[in-house]
Formats: sequence, structure tokens, C-alpha cells
Amino acid sequence: MILRRFLFDRITETWMVTALVTILLLPLIIGIALYLKALPLFEIQNLPHLIGSSEWLPTDGKFGFWPFINSSMYVTVLSFIFAAPVCLLAGIYLTQFASKNLVRIMQPVMDILAGLPSVIYGMWGILIIVPFVGNVLAPFLNINSSGYTMLAGGIVLAVMCIPYMLNMLIEIFNTVPIGLKEASLSMGATFWQAVKHVVIRKSYPGIISAYGLGLAKAFGETLAVMMVVGNRVQITHNPFKAGYPLPALIANNYGEMLSIPMYDSALMFAALLLLVIILIINLVFRYFIYKTKTR
Amino acid sequence: MNRRKIIEENIFKFLSGFATYSLIAILAFIIIIIFVKGFNSLSLDMVIKTPKGGYYYGGEGGVLNAIIGSLDIAFGATFIAILIGMPAALYINVHLIRYKRIQNTIRYLLDALWGIPSIVYGAFGFTLMLFFGMNASLIAGIITIALLITPIVVRTFDEVLSTIPIGLYEATLALGSTKTETAFKIMFKQGFSGFITAVLLAFGRGIGDAASVLFTAGYTDLIPLYLNEPAATLPLAIFFQLGSPIPEVRERAFAAAAILTIIILIISLTARYLSKRYSKSNLK
Repeated sequence: MILRRFLFDRITETWMVTALVTILLLPLIIGIALYLKALPLFEIQNLPHLIGSSEWLPTDGKFGFWPFINSSMYVTVLSFIFAAPVCLLAGIYLTQFASKNLVRIMQPVMDILAGLPSVIYGMWGILIIVPFVGNVLAPFLNINSSGYTMLAGGIVLAVMCIPYMLNMLIEIFNTVPIGLKEASLSMGATFWQAVKHVVIRKSYPGIISAYGLGLAKAFGETLAVMMVVGNRVQITHNPFKAGYPLPALIANNYGEMLSIPMYDSALMFAALLLLVIILIINLVFRYFIYKTKTR
Repeated sequence: MNRRKIIEENIFKFLSGFATYSLIAILAFIIIIIFVKGFNSLSLDMVIKTPKGGYYYGGEGGVLNAIIGSLDIAFGATFIAILIGMPAALYINVHLIRYKRIQNTIRYLLDALWGIPSIVYGAFGFTLMLFFGMNASLIAGIITIALLITPIVVRTFDEVLSTIPIGLYEATLALGSTKTETAFKIMFKQGFSGFITAVLLAFGRGIGDAASVLFTAGYTDLIPLYLNEPAATLPLAIFFQLGSPIPEVRERAFAAAAILTIIILIISLTARYLSKRYSKSNLK
């Protein structure tokens, strides 16, 4: 009886350890697999040239990723400009001013916003945002635009990132000791002054981290952006023109990637690039968050 | 001076309140648009028929292939994710309970893992598929989605397990149970609300994710019968059919979107309700 229990214990423990180790090694395995696939590409072009060049002619074997990286960053920054102030203000309101009832209503709202699949956001973007940008905003500014633009991508992306950033901001604001705020209130500060000088200052590293993680999420988002951004290879700084972000490149071309030589390597390199960038951003900012939480 | 600070207070109170309420408005806006479009095209045929004459050009039929395919993939992937994720989370909270540093490092890595975008998992699944010489199939989709949602299962379950008081763990050991028995008979029961939330969250994420099944599960008009056949999924049904020039096909996309949104809504609300219900009886 004791032996059986002991044996059972051993076996289950092995199972548990294997599971845990597998999960923890996953990013490494993904990275290695993608790197091995991308290796042929490194043999014909060096890394700085791959990233810096803007020549994209897969049939001639010319792979320059700069237009895609550029579009990705542009859309990400655009979405950040829309989402960041909204998140900060809503986070402050929900942790400092709001009634218990409103907080109770907001929790499922954020859950659902965070849980809606990106395709749904994409469809909403096509139905609402694209016509809005193309038929209302562009004519208003005297610009000719189809609506499938980086601006539309930025707006849809902003809506998708808001619940993600807001959740983290609320957690961070809640770690600010209430005594600190009370001290400033008792000195005659208004609520807003207490927020501005105590809450925000105290959670400064946390806010930066939440923003950083939001940027990383926006950078890797695929389908919603791809549906509204237009997908044209070009370098532009005009929000009313189409872009072609890195994830969209991978998702759009998987069909023909085995028919053109080196194309699959190039796409796997794009995936590797995404993985490395996002993993680094995540590791750095998560570290900051842990520091603020444990302090 | 005094008036200025009160005006400032009011302005910012208004602005931040506006930001908060606008989030509710945005959610309502999205859901209303999806439902208005979707319910116009949603009919019994949509739910019980597969598309006729090709999903891109034929206007007849419904999205049954995508519903079945999505459910297959989401259930399969959730099952695998539970098999890997549940013991991992228990291990962190039972065997490693004395090693706070290791615990925190693992949580830190898991959180970072959560941030990897699904398209990267899709590309990885694709390389795996080529490596094993498989074609786009149900099983490839299931494995890819399982990898994607396992960190979610571990981290969500772990969040609740970590709040269980250490005294409970010590008491079971003092009574002579092995660590495994503590893990599965005591900690699992105590953290059951977290387990439910984790499973539902993972299921919701799995059924809604498109970028990772794009490479691995493929798309077909037929209902998959075996694991090595390609499978259609709801997100891809929306994505592909929305781009069709034929209005009837786009109708199918709208209907699929409404179905997917309803599934997600049900999952979100049930998760919230069940986690509340099961955490009531917990030891505090």
C-alpha cells in the first residue's frame, strides 16, 4: 500500500516536472526551430542588410524587411497615441474616483473586450472604421483615400490594446499604499492633486511597463490589423496610405511560400524577428513590474 | 489658487470619467454592429448546413463546417492544455512552495510567454508540420492552439493557487499525505474556481484565434472526420468570406461572426459566474 502510494507519487511528480519544463523551454524551442528555418536566408544576406534594405522582390531573391518593420512600428505607435491617454485616465478613474457599482460593471466589460477575437475587431474595423476614414475623415481633410489605411489599423489596434493595458494599470495603481494618498489629502490637496503628485509618481515605472507591454502586444497583432491596413509594400509616413505590417506579411503569404525559393526562409525569419523583439520587450518590462510589485 | 485647483480637479474628473464610460460605449458599439449584421443573416440553414459550391463563390448553405471544426479544435486543444498546464501549475504551488525565488522566476517567464503573438505560434506549428511531413490538418491545429493556450491555463490557475494559505499545505503533510496527494486532492479542490476560469479562458482564446490555425488547420468546405483532415474554423470563415465579392457569401461571414461573439460572451460571463460560485466555499 505504502509502496503503491510512493510509486504513484514518483510517477505523477515526473509528469508534473516534464510538463513544467516543456512549457518553460517552449520559447527556446520555437526560437531554435524558426532560426533553423531562416538559416538559408542568412547565407545569402547578412542581418543588417535584411533589416535595413527596402528592396522586396522575392522572385529575384531580394528580401528587404524595412518596409514591413516600418509599417509595423508606424501602426503600433499610432495605436499607442490613441490608447495611452484613454487607458491612463480610465485607470485613474476606476481606481480613485469610481463608485463600487461602476467598477463592478467595468470588470465584465473589460473581460469581454479582452476576450473578443481579433477577427471580430477586424470585421468591426471593415464595417465601421474603414468607411469612416475613407468617406468622412479623408474628404474632410481633402485627402484621397480608400479607407484601408494605417490610420484605420491604428484605431482598431488601439481598441484592442486598451483592455490589456488598462488591466495592468489598474493592478499597478492598486499597489500604491493608501496611506500615502491620505497623507497628501490631509495636507489639503484635492483628489486630482493627490493622484497627480502621489499615485502617478509612485507608479511611474509600472505605467511605463504597462505601456511597453501594450506596445509589444500591438506589434504582434495580426488579423485585425491585416484586415484594415491595406497591405501594400511601401515606405510612407502618411497615415492615410496603406501599410504592410510584419505579421500581415507572414499571414498573407503562407500559401505561396513553398513555391518561390527562399520565400519560406524569409517568412520564418519575419516570425523569428517578431518573436525576438516581443520577447525582449516582455522580459524587460515584466521585470520592472515585478520590481514595483514587490517593493 | 484655490479656485484653479478645483477647476483642474473637475476637468480631470470629467475627462477620466469620460474615458471610462467611452469604453463601455465602444464595447456596446462593437457588439451591436456585429449582432445587427449577424442576426440579419443568421438563419437555421446557416447553423445546420455546410457551404455549397465552394466557400468563396457559392452562395448557398451555411457555416456548419466552421462551427464543428472550431469546436473540435478548441476542445482538443483545451484538453491537451489541461494535461500539461494543470500539473505544471500544481507543481509550482506544491513542490516549489518553499522556493519563492524559483516560483517568481517561473511566473515571470510564463508571463513573458503569454505575450508571444499567435502568428509566431502559427509559424512554429507550420515548421513542426513540415518537419513531420504532415499537411494542414485538425491535429496540427489542435497542437498549435494547445501550445498557445497552455501558458494561459498555467498562469490563471496559478494565480488562484498562490492565494491558498500555506497552513493547509502543512496540515496535509502533517497528516501523512504525499505531495502528489496534497496537490491533487487538496490544492486542486481549493483552487477549483481558478481551474474553471483557466479552462474557460483558454477555451475562449482557442476558439477565437485565427492567426495560428491559418497555417496549420487549413480550410475546407467539409466537416472533418479524422484527425489528419483539414478543418475549417469560425475565425477563418469570417476572414475568408468577408473578402468575397458575392453578397451571400459575406452574409455567411456576418453569421459566423455573430455565432463566435455569442460563444465568447457566454464563456466570459460563465467564467465570472462560476469562479465566484466556487470560491465561496473556500477556506479563507
